[in-house]
Amino acid sequence: MFAYIVRRLLYAPLILIGVNLLTFALFFVVNTPEDMARMQLGAKRVTPEAIERWKVERGYDKPLLLNAGEQGLAKLTDTIFFEKSLRMFVFDFGRADDGRDIATEIRTRMGPSLAVALPTFVLGLLVTVSLALLLVFFRGTYLDFQGVVLCVAMMSISSLFYIIGGQWLVSKVWHLVPISGYGEGVDATRFLVLPVIIGVVAGIGGSARWYRTIFLEEAGKDYVRTARAKGLSELQALFRHVLKNGMIPILTGVVVVIPSLFMGSLLTESFFGIPGLGSYTIDAINAQDFPVVRAMVFIGSVFYIVGLIFTDLSYTLVDPRVKLE
Amino acid sequence: MMGVQAVFLWTDLLLFGLVGCVALAALAARRSEPMRAAWRRVGESTVGMVSVSILALFLVVGLLDSVHYREYLAPGAGAAPDAQRVLGTEVRSGLDALAAPLRTRVEKTYSAPLSYRLFAKQTQEAADGTQQRDFPRLKFGGAHLQYPEDDHAGDVLGRIGLGLALAACAWGVFAGCLVQGVAWSRGVPVGAAWRAVWRGKGGLAWRAVLATLGVLCLILGPVLALATEYHVFGTDKVGQDVLFLTLKSIRTALVISTLTTLVTLPLAVALGIMAGYLGGWVDDVIQYLYTVLNSIPGVLLIAAAVLMMQVVIDTHPHWFETSAERADARLLALCVILGMTSWTGLCRLLRGETLKLRELEYVQAARAFGVSTARILSRHILPNLMHLVLIALVMDFSGLVLAEAVLSYVGIGVDPNTVSFGTMINAARMELAREPMVWWSLIAAFIFMFVLVLAANLFADVVRDAFDPRA
Repeated sequence: MFAYIVRRLLYAPLILIGVNLLTFALFFVVNTPEDMARMQLGAKRVTPEAIERWKVERGYDKPLLLNAGEQGLAKLTDTIFFEKSLRMFVFDFGRADDGRDIATEIRTRMGPSLAVALPTFVLGLLVTVSLALLLVFFRGTYLDFQGVVLCVAMMSISSLFYIIGGQWLVSKVWHLVPISGYGEGVDATRFLVLPVIIGVVAGIGGSARWYRTIFLEEAGKDYVRTARAKGLSELQALFRHVLKNGMIPILTGVVVVIPSLFMGSLLTESFFGIPGLGSYTIDAINAQDFPVVRAMVFIGSVFYIVGLIFTDLSYTLVDPRVKLE
Repeated sequence: MMGVQAVFLWTDLLLFGLVGCVALAALAARRSEPMRAAWRRVGESTVGMVSVSILALFLVVGLLDSVHYREYLAPGAGAAPDAQRVLGTEVRSGLDALAAPLRTRVEKTYSAPLSYRLFAKQTQEAADGTQQRDFPRLKFGGAHLQYPEDDHAGDVLGRIGLGLALAACAWGVFAGCLVQGVAWSRGVPVGAAWRAVWRGKGGLAWRAVLATLGVLCLILGPVLALATEYHVFGTDKVGQDVLFLTLKSIRTALVISTLTTLVTLPLAVALGIMAGYLGGWVDDVIQYLYTVLNSIPGVLLIAAAVLMMQVVIDTHPHWFETSAERADARLLALCVILGMTSWTGLCRLLRGETLKLRELEYVQAARAFGVSTARILSRHILPNLMHLVLIALVMDFSGLVLAEAVLSYVGIGVDPNTVSFGTMINAARMELAREPMVWWSLIAAFIFMFVLVLAANLFADVVRDAFDPRA
């Protein structure tokens, strides 16, 4: 078990190196810094001097991989690859196009992201698991059928519709909460209510249906029948046996997203004007701020890998059969 | 009559290639008993046939919109008769030609559905020379009405009635043809075939098809009858007919949702089988590859790749002759990028299944007889994985339609000039803040998207139930 975790931890940097090489190839090899400069400065009427200045300002004037003009170790370190790509491993992301330090920006923006994502995640899990259990309790009845139909219909609706429709109904027609914005401390709650509710509702369709399938499979197993034969009521059987064992496959999908919660949701944050990492990413995409996008790709995969390790660990906690050889 | 020249965009070729492949696969499947049985289960399911009918309608619109051509410009007045004819730069499609009235009747700006006036008041000069602010009449919508205040409601109702009558006729003709076909194929008199279909015993679920088409006719008939004189879904900011825009969006949605899986399918299948069957370092390399790709959050990888692709396209304008070709290149690139982020799931699934299959007796027997690896893979492993590939293809479909809208909203989707559900929603979201609200283009896009995605989801469920041996 210990050896397994160590092996997973060692595998993680290996994957990160892969991610790093991939982003390097995407951002610097597919397009040379000249191409990017020409595009950002406007394709026509751009002088070589302007391009050169643009590159120097951003530190893109160095060779990609090997600086032949330098001595010793500087041959390798004074390159774009070292300065822009390898430095990300110590969470040094350099500066955004507007001159701000990306790492600081990421740290301050994690809070608001988490303030939306965490309640959405916890509430969403509670609601969908309870709904799925409810459907399983009434399995084979008209209610179950209607519920599944509703789930399929709900998962066929675009998430954009939930957000736009929710904002229109709750904020514009009913005037219950502000349409968008963010505040400090407790004041933030009135801005957070709507995005959280919409996030939960938008996720119900797909998840509830999926969990229902899992619970149904579990509820048909022999040990559950034995439990019922022993005289347990249907509710007891559901909560004591089906729920517990059904959580194992659910954990796979759920634990892995927990660290990614820091990343927030692009759509929700940009629609509701929440200054988190999601809206940071969208702004960077729209402004074609390549350093920020590059940093977010790296950070995102770090969170994902942490999530994978958490998933493995949580398995050993909930399922004694898993030994992790 | 001006001449035309056919234009073959990449996505057109791939889309028609896909249709051809599906036809070939259908022919091949006819010879295999298990495949026939599985498809018969799809055909016998009411939900399956309802969703197939709806998807078929979307497909027809999408394919019509995929036949592209360019018109030769009319020669100038002073041009020599033998002068070289010049091609117009605008690329049109079969749908553009069929729906030409919708495409060409462009108003000044917003107008509500079925309206005969603009949505905003404008200062205009009355007959007596005084200036007054009023809602101006539309150039095309309801232009045939002489006294719109009195005649508008009656005219609309009349057209709806006409449309319903036409729809009933069309449905009757279709039902007659279908029942005739059923009667022929089963060798029974037409009357008996009618009764069989009516009782839901016509072999496949024909009654569901007839019911679906009935409902569709009842909707389409009035819409068509109204569309000849009105803007059924209103017009957008620059006065384009919203109904026409939604019809154009269908192709984009279909291209993205089918080609994305298609372009990366060979990669996923080949790598998945190789990793599972060969094992060893091949397995390690392939696993590493998809773990790396998988560990980057999808949206971010797509964003990075699309931004980079945009730089490539922008710095090489000479690659593309028309703006349609450039938009098409971006659409195809988006498919490839989306595919690159989504093939990993199928690859992992196929690897796991291959691991199981390679230990089965018949594969071991083949190996013991000295059958070559390539032959084992193509004869014994691949055919037994096809149901998984098919299920993955149909399951991905609906998700990709939804993803396109989100990506286009974020700004990393299709070219802004390509009409798609995403670009429509993106253009319309600011209109909700107007007072009074402009809701029709949003609602139209969402309704079409909902119907398409719902049909795709239901179809995917039926296909999975029919093909998945575990179900």
